[in-house]
Amino acid sequence: MSDLSDLYQEVILDHNRSPRNFKKIEDANRTANGYNPLCGDHVTLYLKLEDGVICDIGFQGAGCAISKASASIMTASLIGKSVAEAEALFDRVHKMLTGGSSATADAQEMGKLAVLSGVANFPARVKCASLSWHTLRAALKGEQGVTSTE
Amino acid sequence: MKALHELRSMPSRSWLGVSFDVAKIRQDFPILEQRVHGKPLVYLDNAATTQKPQAVIDAIQRYYSQENSNIHRGVHFLSERATEVYEGARLKAQRFLNASSTRETIFVRGTTEGINLVAQSYGRTFLKDGDEIIITAMEHHSNIVPWQILCEQVGARLQVVPINHDGELLLDEYRRLLNERTKLVSVAHVSNALGTINPVKQIIEMAHSYNVPVLVDGAQAAPHMKVDVQELDCDFYVFSGHKLYGPTGIGVLYGKEALLEAMPPYQGGGDMISLVTFEKTHYNILPFKFEAGTPHIAGGIGLGVAIDYLSRVGLEAAGAYEQELLAHATRSLCAIDRLRVIGTAKQKASVLSFVLEGVHPHDIGTILDREGIAIRAGHHCAMPVMQRFGVPATARASFAFYNTKEDVDALVQAMDKVIEVFG
Ligand SMILES: Cc1ncc(COP(=O)(O)O)c(C=O)c1O
Repeated sequence: MSDLSDLYQEVILDHNRSPRNFKKIEDANRTANGYNPLCGDHVTLYLKLEDGVICDIGFQGAGCAISKASASIMTASLIGKSVAEAEALFDRVHKMLTGGSSATADAQEMGKLAVLSGVANFPARVKCASLSWHTLRAALKGEQGVTSTE
Repeated sequence: MKALHELRSMPSRSWLGVSFDVAKIRQDFPILEQRVHGKPLVYLDNAATTQKPQAVIDAIQRYYSQENSNIHRGVHFLSERATEVYEGARLKAQRFLNASSTRETIFVRGTTEGINLVAQSYGRTFLKDGDEIIITAMEHHSNIVPWQILCEQVGARLQVVPINHDGELLLDEYRRLLNERTKLVSVAHVSNALGTINPVKQIIEMAHSYNVPVLVDGAQAAPHMKVDVQELDCDFYVFSGHKLYGPTGIGVLYGKEALLEAMPPYQGGGDMISLVTFEKTHYNILPFKFEAGTPHIAGGIGLGVAIDYLSRVGLEAAGAYEQELLAHATRSLCAIDRLRVIGTAKQKASVLSFVLEGVHPHDIGTILDREGIAIRAGHHCAMPVMQRFGVPATARASFAFYNTKEDVDALVQAMDKVIEVFG
């Protein structure tokens, strides 16, 4: 049985307490809103892209520890990444959250993001963790409107 | 210290002075015996749906293994038998609400369908451009959205009675909203998000002084208190079977006969007609006019048995016992630092919504789940209520008469665990 401490790891609790890049970027050239109608979590993501590279990223919103930490960790790991790299990361995280890849392989490959792997054992919380990532993809694609987890 | 499950197996009769043999009652609910994540199940999500007593489970099993047949149309033995049991259930529903006849008790899928039926049949026929519908700020989405749809269709306007910080309706504001444009009032008897019991009798009286009919959403009231539609003088009353210890997919819409007679059918099909030619169709008599197609026969039968079960338990004794649980839970939770109860009305049913500063309700829900405790975390299909109280969501424990003082204590103990994780 998966343990609660796999979900609420210290790193996650830390990002929840003091989220990184929790800010609005005034001159962002990509923004997207994500919304989880199930629990009311919402996130707004701001990206500043220059020459296909994410040079600044911020988020705002309200949500549970998992969604907040996931957004925080995501932003921290995306600065300096190209759009293609960010999209590849989305795919890997998505696989990890939905249990599609082995945890040990991830741990090395995914670095800091691996702390989110515990979520896969809590199906009710997968959408919390993936909200900001789906919002990221919408922002990268330049989609308008609200991304929903449903 | 004794393990929680040992404590819980002791009879809780007469704690705090209420005589109610909860240990015996729990034996009627097989699902309560199970363990969840290795812990005894503590089911505190009764406002979402209640568990089913063995008698209801048996009735459904009996129906499908011995009585299954279509109703109202067969001349054979099984069809007559199924019709008899199904119509017997309607009679029970009629008595349960004290409706004056079974013509006034329409089987529907649940509260949601009942409200939509009234909105589409009554609303589309009798409301027009510029008319107003009054609801309240504490409604479930199913008592908001059907009216919004109707408003778009006929050009009517929705008016919302505000609530105070305890989650009580502001009746003076309601009085101000009532006028000659008001054509319908629709209000929850009990709020699912706050637990508030609304003064529906008074609300109905005030509406009737303007000749305005009132629909009462009884989804959260019928399981906890005696409902007498004639005494209330409501025009429509709706409840869901699954929140009343019965099956999902079945509920009851009560409507005054004169209103139902004046309303057109909601859906067309079999069972709701008396004569069909391609030129003209004659509708069936009440209540069948509103029951198109093969209904949820097993559900209706199960609901009838649930109503019987409730009357054996005694709704009054059960309600008094639930009040004791609520009082104990409120006292215990309020003692927790940084915990705030949302919904502090003087008159409440056994629903306890709360938030803990710094911890999202969703995280509370997950941690409690690992302790075997089922609560609801979210907006409870009442987003306007969340906005009113400035919270994105709440954690909600809701009690049924099979819950025990030990269930409440387990909840309070598990909250320590939440605080431990989140520091
Ligand atoms: C007050 C209230 N009204 C309406 C409903 C909708 O009931 P159902 O989903 O059974 O149709 C609920 C159920 O959550 C409720 O609590």
